[in-house]
Amino acid sequence: MSNVSLDAHDSSGTENQPKDNSRRRFLTVATSVVGGVGVVGAAVPFIGSWNPSVKAKAAGADVEADISKIEPGQLIRVIWRSKPVWIARRTPELLASLADDEDKLKDPNSEEAQQPEFAKNRYRSLKEEFLVLVGICTHLGCSPQHLKDGAFAEYVEGVQEGFFCPCHGSKFDMAGRVFQNVPAPLNLVVPPYMYLDDNTILIGSEEGAA
Amino acid sequence: MDWIEYRLPIMRVANQHAIQYPAPRNMNFWYMFGFLATIVLVNQIVTGIWLTMSYNPTAEGAFASVEYIMRDVDYGWILRYMHSTGASAFFIVVYLHMFRGMIYGSYQKPRELLWLFGMFIYLALMAEAFMGYVLPWGQMSYWGAQVIVSLFSAIPVIGPDLVIWIQGDYVISGATLNRFFALHVIALPLVIVILVFLHIVALHEVGSNNPDGTDVKRKKGSLSEEEKTKFKIHEYYTNKYDIVDDIVPFFPHIVLKDLVGFAFFLLAFCYVMFFNPEMGGYFLEHPNFEIANPLKTPPHIFPVWYFTPFYAILKAVPDKLGGVIAMFAAIIALALLPWIDRGKVKSWRYRCGLHKWNLLVFAAVFVFLGYLGGTPQENWKITASQIATIMYFGFFGLLFIYSKNEKCKPVPARITE
Repeated sequence: MSNVSLDAHDSSGTENQPKDNSRRRFLTVATSVVGGVGVVGAAVPFIGSWNPSVKAKAAGADVEADISKIEPGQLIRVIWRSKPVWIARRTPELLASLADDEDKLKDPNSEEAQQPEFAKNRYRSLKEEFLVLVGICTHLGCSPQHLKDGAFAEYVEGVQEGFFCPCHGSKFDMAGRVFQNVPAPLNLVVPPYMYLDDNTILIGSEEGAA
Repeated sequence: MDWIEYRLPIMRVANQHAIQYPAPRNMNFWYMFGFLATIVLVNQIVTGIWLTMSYNPTAEGAFASVEYIMRDVDYGWILRYMHSTGASAFFIVVYLHMFRGMIYGSYQKPRELLWLFGMFIYLALMAEAFMGYVLPWGQMSYWGAQVIVSLFSAIPVIGPDLVIWIQGDYVISGATLNRFFALHVIALPLVIVILVFLHIVALHEVGSNNPDGTDVKRKKGSLSEEEKTKFKIHEYYTNKYDIVDDIVPFFPHIVLKDLVGFAFFLLAFCYVMFFNPEMGGYFLEHPNFEIANPLKTPPHIFPVWYFTPFYAILKAVPDKLGGVIAMFAAIIALALLPWIDRGKVKSWRYRCGLHKWNLLVFAAVFVFLGYLGGTPQENWKITASQIATIMYFGFFGLLFIYSKNEKCKPVPARITE
């Protein structure tokens, strides 16, 4: 116990040394533990204050989107939690072509949990016609561009339409499935959503979930 | 004076750490960058305080307040350009300072802790610079922050929640900007100043290295009066060691030499600040003259030039988590240099030819990685950055192998020049 001998009030003589250190050790440990709990407790508000505020959570609430005016082949963007969400109305020809190039995809069957259960299919959607995606690249968070009418074929031979990320060149098909040999590791995220009626989608919640 | 000195040891500290501090007499121009870094740190703190007076740390007001500083605040433009040029200047002098440490083996025993404190300063400086770059809230501020913050999402299990916690929102938003502002102006500057203090205390405890790597401190009683320095050296050092006649007092000799370097530095600094503050889009990137827009990604996203070597390493690895790990490993490898280098000879002057080439190639690879990370993505660059990344780590691997039984030239007993 070197700190004992440093104490000016304590002579270094052995008669003043405690015969049994166990009480002192117990008190040292007990004080440290209680003090440690105090430090952890005091850290809670500092760490907790970094969480999204009530205001931020309110801004992150569900949004409704009217899909009645989307033409076939058109893509609209709505904002949900300040993120761009794409709603694309796919033509029957496009839907048919989704099966053609699945050998070029990393995860054609949506094995990775990037979508609610209901979207774990080739079209990654509730209704085949409407594709709902979070428009943020799964690589480093850029927003890919929607390239159609053959513009996408420049990046993937034979695929007429898809999403191309200008940041690091990741490519996705019209179901948001990522192509091989690009930096993005995963398919685009399908947000939770549900149909309130035939013309309205609610983004942020799905049926059955709270 | 005595009244104060009795209560506060101003002269004792000045004597011990400057006027009677023994500095090797052969310290060359490579040794001025520590001094310059200190000057730039002071510049950043002073101009930063003044910028804070007119800056508005909100998503709505930040971009406009920077325009306000540039256009409406008297001398606002010069304060901002001093700060933005200072940021790049800081990294230039710090990179040269680090390379000095590498070529002269300044990280070797007994200066390991000194080197580690330096690496901590470097890390804190990178965090400081990153958060500072977010504050103008331009397109590159926003998307750069997006890329860097989402690096944390690569961490398994807790990653996505951690990102929301850092952002304080589901995306980068005003909440993120506001907390980065707090960290940039209060928390990190305090950390950096404390680390710099520790860096200097650790330096003065072990003493300065020099281009020969010859120790100027000898065992007490091992030197004749002839061989000892004639300068008045503080007893803190002479009580423990005999000091060879190869030193000069830090003040004024080394300080005056550093001031000459400072004059040249100021010349370059002022040229950039007055005539080329954007430095062709490297110091201030062009997309940052457009306000942050979460719905529009700029065609190319690069960090500022001083991060691009590590950014190239990040992009070279095809796996997201692997890329993040490689990037951090690149920095940790530098920090572990005192233990990777198993050699006993410090300066590259007396080490094997392979070591000299290894260092030069490493420097070239670092610059090349910077180029790859800071220019638009092309196919050949993926392969190139993968090769360069392997070469970057190869430097450490080679060093570890050959330094064990390296054939070195004899180190002179006394400083040669």
